[in-house]
Amino acid sequence: MSERALGIQYATLAQEREAVTLGMWAFLATEVLFFGALIVAYLNYRIWFGNDFIAAAKMTKVVLGTANTAVLLTSSACMAMAVTTFDSGSRRAPVLWLSATALLGLAFVAIKATEWWLEYQEHLVPALNFDLGRYGGIAEIFFVFYFCATGLHALHLLIGISLVSWLAVRIGRGTLVPGGSTTRLIGLYWHFVDIVWIFLFPLIYLAGRNG
Amino acid sequence: MHAPARESYLNASVGIRSWLLTTDHKRIGLLYFAGITFFFFVGGIAASLIRLELITPQGDLGSPDFYNRLFTMHGIIMVWFFLIPSIPTTMGNFILPMMIGARDLAFPRLNLLSWYLYIIGGLITLSALLLGGVDTGWTFYEPYSTFYATGYVILTVFGIFVSGFSSILTGLNFIVTVHKLRAPGMTWYRLPVFVWSTYATSVILVLATPVLAMTLLMLLAERVLHVGIFSPQLGGDPLLFQHMFWFYSHPAVYIMILPSMGVISEVVPVFSSKSLFGYYFVVWCSIAIAVIGFLVWGHHMFVAGQSLYASLAFSFLSYLVAVPSAIKVFNWVATMHEGWIRFNAPMLYAFGFIGLFTIGGLTGLMLAALAVDVHVTDTYFVVAHFHYIMVGGAVMGFFAGLHYWWPKISGRLYPDYWARFAAILAFFGFNLTFFPQFILGYLGMPRRYQSYPPEFQIWHVLSSAGASILAVGYALPLFYFAWSILKGPRAPANPWGATGLEWSTPSPPPPENFAKSPTVIRPPYQYDEGKPCMQAGDV
Amino acid sequence: MHGFPWWPPTASGYAREIDFLFGSLVVIGLLTAGLVFFLMLFFANKYRHGANVDRSGTTRKTWRFEVSWTAATLLVFVGLAVWGASIFVHLYNPPANALQIFIVGKQWMWKAQHPGGQREINELHVPVDQPVRLVMASQDVIHSFFIPALRIKQDVVPGRYETMWFRADKVGRYHLFCAEYCGTDHAKMGGWVTVMNPRDFGNWLQAQGDEETLAAQGQQLFRRYGCSGCHEPGGTVRAPNLDGLFGSPVPLSDGSVVIADEGYVRDSILDPKKQVAAGYAPVMPTFAGQISEDDLARLVAYIQSIGPRAGGHA
Repeated sequence: MSERALGIQYATLAQEREAVTLGMWAFLATEVLFFGALIVAYLNYRIWFGNDFIAAAKMTKVVLGTANTAVLLTSSACMAMAVTTFDSGSRRAPVLWLSATALLGLAFVAIKATEWWLEYQEHLVPALNFDLGRYGGIAEIFFVFYFCATGLHALHLLIGISLVSWLAVRIGRGTLVPGGSTTRLIGLYWHFVDIVWIFLFPLIYLAGRNG
Repeated sequence: MHAPARESYLNASVGIRSWLLTTDHKRIGLLYFAGITFFFFVGGIAASLIRLELITPQGDLGSPDFYNRLFTMHGIIMVWFFLIPSIPTTMGNFILPMMIGARDLAFPRLNLLSWYLYIIGGLITLSALLLGGVDTGWTFYEPYSTFYATGYVILTVFGIFVSGFSSILTGLNFIVTVHKLRAPGMTWYRLPVFVWSTYATSVILVLATPVLAMTLLMLLAERVLHVGIFSPQLGGDPLLFQHMFWFYSHPAVYIMILPSMGVISEVVPVFSSKSLFGYYFVVWCSIAIAVIGFLVWGHHMFVAGQSLYASLAFSFLSYLVAVPSAIKVFNWVATMHEGWIRFNAPMLYAFGFIGLFTIGGLTGLMLAALAVDVHVTDTYFVVAHFHYIMVGGAVMGFFAGLHYWWPKISGRLYPDYWARFAAILAFFGFNLTFFPQFILGYLGMPRRYQSYPPEFQIWHVLSSAGASILAVGYALPLFYFAWSILKGPRAPANPWGATGLEWSTPSPPPPENFAKSPTVIRPPYQYDEGKPCMQAGDV
Repeated sequence: MHGFPWWPPTASGYAREIDFLFGSLVVIGLLTAGLVFFLMLFFANKYRHGANVDRSGTTRKTWRFEVSWTAATLLVFVGLAVWGASIFVHLYNPPANALQIFIVGKQWMWKAQHPGGQREINELHVPVDQPVRLVMASQDVIHSFFIPALRIKQDVVPGRYETMWFRADKVGRYHLFCAEYCGTDHAKMGGWVTVMNPRDFGNWLQAQGDEETLAAQGQQLFRRYGCSGCHEPGGTVRAPNLDGLFGSPVPLSDGSVVIADEGYVRDSILDPKKQVAAGYAPVMPTFAGQISEDDLARLVAYIQSIGPRAGGHA
């Protein structure tokens, strides 16, 4: 994804950069449809089950979820800073910003793991220990969506953390220089994972909590 | 032939590693060709056993469970491991970059990864088949497939899930390639229709397949974790599964037919030595089919229990999506008017396609009529309809493309008389196989039945007889193509008198396609009094 | 061998309408396909390579052809869509005097329950010239109740009631098939629909032996499951009175209003928290897993019988 020998299919570096950028956008489009399908299915049940679904949603840990939102938004800001400082030629600054991004990403995962642990304690994990008698089938369906959505999101986030870390190492070693599209594209991916969370958060955590 | 072979992509490097680790789109196209041919014959064997069973009204070729697994695997293998990859991964991979004057796809290594994902997914599903298979139907309706089906549902579904990523990455690769790698002078409106069709197909691949991925994931969650998302025991909605499944699977049928239409749009002008009639209309019809194709999925659910208003909307939209297909048929026929028609094998397959796709499409109109669909849905009428489109259409288009580009791909010519014979045999065998099924369907013969009332037998016997003829028609190419590779005369660069950029290279092409990047000086399909005017300016 | 059966039996006016629509579509199809085939073959022959004909290109203005055949196609298609839809809508308007029969599909058989209590398996006897409305449930997976002679089918989805109605006007015995794949014996999950003239039908009902009516059986179940404990006047818990309920609008606790049809009654028994009547506490226990589909049908029949439109439906 960076400079060195240009593939035979590319005439110029600029052409390759454009192609890779379009490729990333196309890939993000597939992710929109992927998460979108899950969200539409979720909304179907939210409308169908109404209050029972919302009652189940209220069992999510809104404080931790909100904290996570703040963490992720901040990480996106750090990522943006990393891209900007890298483009302007600095080497140390982007590494620091990327490290911050990755650390915040890990913080998100840690908070999420805490939430899941608490939910496990409360017998809210379908297929593991969900207390059907106490909470009912509709709540179980909610929590299936909850764990699918947050699980898939966390998986994408872990991939993002790996990419960001890899990027930090390469920039730190000097094997990646400005002028390419790698940093920007990894930034795009990170922002996308953030945006998915911005959709999931109100749908899952804020249901029925408006007063 | 004893003359030393010129260097081409076929012999530029040797050894199994140079094939299994290749990033050359042409070699990857051949790797895919091996895969889809293999799966075509596996699916075909299943079809043969089905038709064998259905000769008699009773179930006598194995247990009902065996039969149910047979038609399930036939559908799964043919849809996901043959039809969906067929043209895009073979001819799309091989020819598309050459058609636009590129030296490879935008992401060659991603292309190789796509192939591995396809093979791995295919092997996973194949292993499920060998272990005993599944009996859910290729549609995996809930709650049967999660809570009632025995068999290797998880393994089968996982294989499909993995191969779905192959589809997505291939589509992504094509989209970026068409946008960014066109040679100088190759503007959008100078692209051959095959490129436009593949592009439209790629948009569907990229946008629809992720929805299948999520649907299958949720199905796996149900089956593995015993939670109810679609199952009524916990208040889940079985219809939600159907909506999600068909939201992908209807656009999927356009993935299967658009590339074939693209092939026909190439073949008809060449063998009429005349410009394609209505180029702009044909191009925008491809796009229209891709877009409207996303809006009609509910026509698979007219009797499923969805609301009246949903059914009305989907019926209307289904009629709408038929319009661009009809326009294409008219344009292809109009192309022949005042042309110089030649009857080589590719053109015979094209004739077959146009005829059979028209019949299939017209029966689609019957299905889209709500009141008629109530009677014929879930019967052999639907089976006949989609086989007319998929086999009479898509597979004929595949064979048309195969016979058209074979000289370019292999550097050899094949015996045209045998090829024409196979085409005609396939055409007759096909009609004998599937036309009786329309009658069976209207009579009320349901789908997925191993045994049936004895009064239906005559039509089943005719259908099975046709299948045996069709099988010969499909088997013949194996022989003459093999002969062609071993002993066929060497092919010139442009044996058919076509105009596209791919015909400006030697047959078979060198690894980098073009020694010098071509410049495009005119639109496609330009003929001057029947003589081709090549798109490439400096060859 | 049975010769060449071309057409299924036609046992209702609706079926004849379908046949007319389908026949017209076939004619349109033949004409269109015929045109395409003819032109292809005609052009292929006339303009074959080597033929000495005039090819002086009179087709300059292509867009005129394009617009005209696009417009014509669009017009015909819209017309066909409307035609098909107009007949289809009839399926959603059953007449009020329909004979109501409960159908339960399960792997791999169909059970029918007549209002008089008569039961059948894989058979359905109905009177001729009388609208019949089927209220259908599945005990396990999705099935589909398909009567080719009447040109109707309806998927039977677990977890809910689906309905279908018809009015057979020809005495006879017609195939019944399951049309949604449901497992091992899907192909054997069928039987016969027998349409009888009124006298024969009456005799047939009598011949099934002495059964109480479905509604009477339902009333017994109403007591046995304890429903009367709350729902009859003088009950211990305040619960809606079900007299005259069926077919009436019911205001719900969330402000909406629904009509109390068989689906509403079924849901109230299996999932009472789903739609709580306004002004009542959601304390009704669920009977999910305790009441079979057959018993549910009896209870629904009972509730229908004490409703304002006795024996009818919403």
